[in-house]
Amino acid sequence: MKHSSFFWFVLPSALLMLLFIALPIVSVVTQSLYTAHEQVIVEVENCGPFGCTKSTAIDQEATETLRAAEPLGKFAGLDVYTDRNHLAISEVGTLWVESDGLPDFGSALMNLPFYKAMGFTLSYTAIVTPLTIILGFMIALAINSVAKVFRGPTIFFSLLPFIITPLVGSLVLFWMVDARGILGTGLQWLSGDPTLSVKASTGLMWAMLMTYGVWHSAPFAFVVFYAGLQTVNQDTIEAALIDGASRWERIRYVVIPHLTPLVTFVALIQLMDNFRVFEPIISFSAEAHATSLSYAIFNDLGGETRLLSSAAATSVLTIVGVAILLSPILVRTYRDFGK
Amino acid sequence: MKTFKTIAVGAAFAALFSTTAMAACGIESGRVSIVGNEFPAIQSIAAAAAACAGGDVTVESNLTADHQKINVAGMSGDPAEYTTAVVANSSIVALINEDVIRPLDDLVAKHGQDIPKHQLITVDGKIMAVAFMANAQHLVYRKDILEKIGMDAPTSYEEMLAAAAKIRREGILDYPVGGAYKAGWNLAQEFTNMYIGTGGDFFEPGTANVSINNENGIAALEMMKALTAYMNPDYLTHDSNATNAEVEAGNVALLNMWGSRTGNLMDDEGAEEDVYSNIAVGGPLMVGGSGRPATTLWWDGWTVAKNISDEDAEATFLAMKAGISPDMLNDETMSQAVWLMPNFEASPVNEGVLATVAASATPYPMVPFQGLLHTALGDNIADFLKGDETAKQTLADIEAAYTVAATEKGFLK
Repeated sequence: MKHSSFFWFVLPSALLMLLFIALPIVSVVTQSLYTAHEQVIVEVENCGPFGCTKSTAIDQEATETLRAAEPLGKFAGLDVYTDRNHLAISEVGTLWVESDGLPDFGSALMNLPFYKAMGFTLSYTAIVTPLTIILGFMIALAINSVAKVFRGPTIFFSLLPFIITPLVGSLVLFWMVDARGILGTGLQWLSGDPTLSVKASTGLMWAMLMTYGVWHSAPFAFVVFYAGLQTVNQDTIEAALIDGASRWERIRYVVIPHLTPLVTFVALIQLMDNFRVFEPIISFSAEAHATSLSYAIFNDLGGETRLLSSAAATSVLTIVGVAILLSPILVRTYRDFGK
Repeated sequence: MKTFKTIAVGAAFAALFSTTAMAACGIESGRVSIVGNEFPAIQSIAAAAAACAGGDVTVESNLTADHQKINVAGMSGDPAEYTTAVVANSSIVALINEDVIRPLDDLVAKHGQDIPKHQLITVDGKIMAVAFMANAQHLVYRKDILEKIGMDAPTSYEEMLAAAAKIRREGILDYPVGGAYKAGWNLAQEFTNMYIGTGGDFFEPGTANVSINNENGIAALEMMKALTAYMNPDYLTHDSNATNAEVEAGNVALLNMWGSRTGNLMDDEGAEEDVYSNIAVGGPLMVGGSGRPATTLWWDGWTVAKNISDEDAEATFLAMKAGISPDMLNDETMSQAVWLMPNFEASPVNEGVLATVAASATPYPMVPFQGLLHTALGDNIADFLKGDETAKQTLADIEAAYTVAATEKGFLK
């Protein structure tokens, strides 16, 4: 392709990417470096239907001049990143010195909001991603060997968890595992413990969130692998058959190598998605047991007083986290491309 | 299609004529745009205000449970998208902090002389909102179950624990206590109630320095934990709706619930007759010996945006005044809330809120940084209730999380 036609070809997408991806990131980074102005607080008397009370309020006139002078707010540099609600550098330092061995340090670290969120996010990503790929692959293999007549309906039903809106899908599961729901009661019966409740135990809550994660995204992996299975070279399979390869050997030595690029693709998408885990935490009301970086952003923006700088800093940390997580795969893809 | 067009044109004409005829409320022209929470009382007000539309007057409303997420943004522009926000004593603070609502003194002087003084909300002597209803959390109980165990309705959390223990001992209910203890806003609200009940103050007077890591804080947390022992183990996922569902299912006998939500418990929808006919309301609950009820009083009211023309502000004021005029109270709207209008007639559902007002409970603090503390409370209390850490550690975490947030917002240096 000529350089000029290439330029005109990519210009619209490049412009859109600049407008909708690059600029918002610049804005978020900027926001995270500034905090609100110092507020001038005065004591006031508030009156209403229930009488008068002494209270405090912001002196708007005094604060106004500060605002007008620096409309972006007060430059804080990396202060927001290093404070206790984010990387908590100084708190971690103190913990390291004061803690009594690694397990003690670990549990104290999990008391800091950022590390607590990272603890769950990373466990979720590390467990859900491989399970999704394995389960998706198994479904694809199973459906590929179903008689042609039944394939349509089977594919449809296998895709259902992915089609259902995440919020609705998780709410359905949420009510089923309720202590009075069908799965919750079933678990109590199985374990013989009538007080067992999934929603009351951190461990079970994590397990349920992860189960949900796998249930919801396995169909995605399945669809990709199923498409890949249709392109497997039948001659090679037949040759392997003649050589006496078992079904497992055919899968191991013919099918899986053929699907490797697709595994990379699914892993990439799933790592990104799982690192941003959010909806299940909200719809399972799991805030008390599990938080994630996305949940922290939502929480900062959902309060009566919005913490924009804090949310911006967490967003930047999320981008950095995704970049670190994806780097091994990206490097590998780049190397393969170079060959 | 043709019929449809004819009907549409006809309807448009009908609407045109009817609104011209209705141009009332003393407004000549202007734009009124309401943003607020979505529940029956507010819907009735928005409907009454909408009756002022006609001629050059337009009235729109956007009532949604997510109103707090959009009202500041929707009033920050110039001109503001929303000319009025319906808020409560906690959520008005964000609007005052961002300086997006105007003082109403001149409009009250010109058009609002007949609004009773107790409905005017003043901050530092300036009228910032007009309140129309009161709300509070108070005791709700099953009178049949209390009769069965031979106890009176509790007046304090200590008595509630005793009654709960007896109900469980007699095998009537496994988890007799209910409560909106969902981690986040609800849990923070319950702590706020309990901490106020112990007599504690959230901040050092006149400053934004938090001080809850004290005996009152520990007592409040310990009482909450004692109550959770009698709650459905899933309590950390139960908001007001889920708690009420438990009550309607007949699983709960004692709870601290919003006055605005007791109507749903006492009506014949969603519950068996022996449940709903036995629901009764009590006053506010006490804790310890402070003499201050462990609950907060709330009002709902409307404000007028700052960044709009004086004409629109006047139109908004008049339309909203019409929305909360004594005339809007009729058979249907009377029971929707504890209205502050002079001709309000209370029904049994409202007795809890009225008792709470009579007991001089504390209003939810209208402090610029209370919302930040509320968020910090909601994020950390669950760790203590789950048994992961001590009360002192939890309170220290809350103070640390609040201090960071308040520093970021410029309240602390």
